[in-house]
Amino acid sequence: MANWEMFRELDNLRREVDEAFRGVGLGRVLAPQFLTGAGTKRFPLVNISEDASDVFVEALVPGIDPKAVEISVLRNTLTLSGERKAPETEKTHVWHRNERGIGKFSRTIELPAEIDPNRITAQCRDGLLTVTLSKAETAKPKKIAVSVS
Amino acid sequence: MTDKSITNSGEQRTPATREETRSMERYLRPAVDIVETQEGLTIITDLPGVDRENLEVGIDKGILTIQGQVKSAAKGNDVYREFDLMNYYRQFQLPEVIDQEKTRAEFANGVLTLRLFKAEAAKPKRIEVQVA
Repeated sequence: MANWEMFRELDNLRREVDEAFRGVGLGRVLAPQFLTGAGTKRFPLVNISEDASDVFVEALVPGIDPKAVEISVLRNTLTLSGERKAPETEKTHVWHRNERGIGKFSRTIELPAEIDPNRITAQCRDGLLTVTLSKAETAKPKKIAVSVS
Repeated sequence: MTDKSITNSGEQRTPATREETRSMERYLRPAVDIVETQEGLTIITDLPGVDRENLEVGIDKGILTIQGQVKSAAKGNDVYREFDLMNYYRQFQLPEVIDQEKTRAEFANGVLTLRLFKAEAAKPKRIEVQVA
């Protein structure tokens, strides 16, 4: 079991490194400066967990209309995108605090297993989005009965 | 502008904070937007994962307290984590010009919107100059 934990730590490290270098490639250097594209801050934050048959992805999406969140799956990646709109305020106003970010977002997450694209459900409650993805039959552990001869 | 604004900039006059050493629970400080208009203040707070029933907003002695309890219902074994859901807690010192009775609160999609109105005496008034 200790080995398994070590691989998980390595996998987390790899994810962190991928995330840190995203958008730093040469393409970005040559791109025009005024097109800032995606922000540097991660949004939404995600938690990934799994059990024998499903993968669960939780994302924090406060203030986003659940119907406006786009979820798409390609092979073993999940993409969440949408827009967080600015609060409606009158014209004459003064900002005292501005800690919540606004704007469009898109985030692609690598899933830990092959999934079945036809069996995905998503639920959004109080700004917490939960996506449940069923693992593909080939990725599920299979029990093999030993027959006694 | 800064000396006229009705909230304090910086943290010089922090309201009473919870005694952290005695409390076993950990709290998150939710992100807020505070906008002042001529009518009053709008405070928008992100509280993802909080139920309407577990959200407490109160004003006591001029201190606004926002408190939310989160019940985590994560399934399965963790693969990768970026956030931990914790209870939320944050306080603000309100200026005296706020009419506390008129406060309205809305909660939708994990975002709390509080509207606080200024007392009539504190609103800016325009005085027409009569031309004789």
